[in-house]
Amino acid sequence: MGKLQTLTNGIIKENPVLVLVLGTCPTLAVSTQASNAFGMGVAATAVLLGSNIVISLLRNVISEKVRIPCYIVTIATFVTLVQMVLNAYAYDIYKALGIYLPLIVVNCIILGRAEAFANKHSVLDSTLDAIGMGIGFTLTLFVMASIREIFGNGTWYGIEIPVLKDNHISILTMAPGGFFVFGCLIAAVNKWARHKPVKRDFDGGCETCPMAASCGGDKAQCEKEGVQV
Amino acid sequence: MSVKAIFAIILTAVFINNYVLQQFLGICPFLGVSKKFDSALGMSIAVIFVMLLATVVTYPIQHFVLDQNGLGYMQTIVFILVIAALVQLVEIVLKKHIPGLHASLGVYLPLITTNCAVLGVCIANVDNYIDAATFGAGYVQALANAFGSGVGFLMAMLLFSGIRARIEDNDAPPAFKGMPITLISAAILSVAFFGFAGVIENIFG
Repeated sequence: MGKLQTLTNGIIKENPVLVLVLGTCPTLAVSTQASNAFGMGVAATAVLLGSNIVISLLRNVISEKVRIPCYIVTIATFVTLVQMVLNAYAYDIYKALGIYLPLIVVNCIILGRAEAFANKHSVLDSTLDAIGMGIGFTLTLFVMASIREIFGNGTWYGIEIPVLKDNHISILTMAPGGFFVFGCLIAAVNKWARHKPVKRDFDGGCETCPMAASCGGDKAQCEKEGVQV
Repeated sequence: MSVKAIFAIILTAVFINNYVLQQFLGICPFLGVSKKFDSALGMSIAVIFVMLLATVVTYPIQHFVLDQNGLGYMQTIVFILVIAALVQLVEIVLKKHIPGLHASLGVYLPLITTNCAVLGVCIANVDNYIDAATFGAGYVQALANAFGSGVGFLMAMLLFSGIRARIEDNDAPPAFKGMPITLISAAILSVAFFGFAGVIENIFG
């Protein structure tokens, strides 16, 4: 795989949110305002970059059996660092992201990339992968939040939008709007991909899939049923 | 701490601040494991169990260890490790002593380690109920909230597994097949939960 392809893979072809459908919790929760979504995207990208680099460096040191706890500690360390930095320099965003900031630890995208990519690729490739995936995540969050903020609140990044301000659909900024806009975005991507069944990336095997334990790790069964998690 | 207040906390967590439908925590299992009623039920019971257990352990850790030594910044790392270790421990104990329960819940336990609802409930309990002066009252409130959140998760999962069984055979537009139509059904279910807003204040207020 070329270096450029490694980088761009995460942005469109294997977009973590819209194609792999990972990291849905923060996507739905913080996408009420474009500024929050951008903050969340950057924070998650920073954690992903740090954890991918460290895990890639340690890929020959960490033994197979204890790898998941090792990854979790690495990720949690970077999340704590990001929390401290945001608390010190961007307090508004720290407040707005609230509980979802420490919850980056359990974001499936980060553990998924560690498991599927960083533990078997070089540091440079892992860095590029993290940047690509991070941009894909941030971009999706930003687009979704822009839709919800513009139509739901009639503003964008705090700027008032003349006509929509008086005719905003407030339910879009509430919980149901999150599910609805997310569903429509995935449908749009499906349409754009011309109904080609979107294939999950099985590189990481079943460990990256939250369903793994309940299906018994049968890959063929997953592909047949088109399990989407 | 009156019984009434505890009931109010539980009902608020189940209906108004429903973890899945209003706060977007635990969406992965909600979308992934809700296809079959049986697996939805098993997963939810395991979640209630782990949420309670995690709160039982993490709340005292925050109160007696982290807060008193100025280690608040270690919260994220400590909590995730404690939860992961706890889940492993429970799995081992269940396997050895209660094989029947392990057979029905065991498969869901590893999934729960990285379930954001469990870590979320621990952090939210510490944020909302911790009180430096007294330990007992906050602890009871935290446990009530953990239980309510778990039951709310159970309710959302069971309702949604019923809905999914029906949309599975529906003739949705090709682009909407699968995940998109599932998400839009979740949106409608979430709207239904708005109906509960205000109910609790009127009952207990």
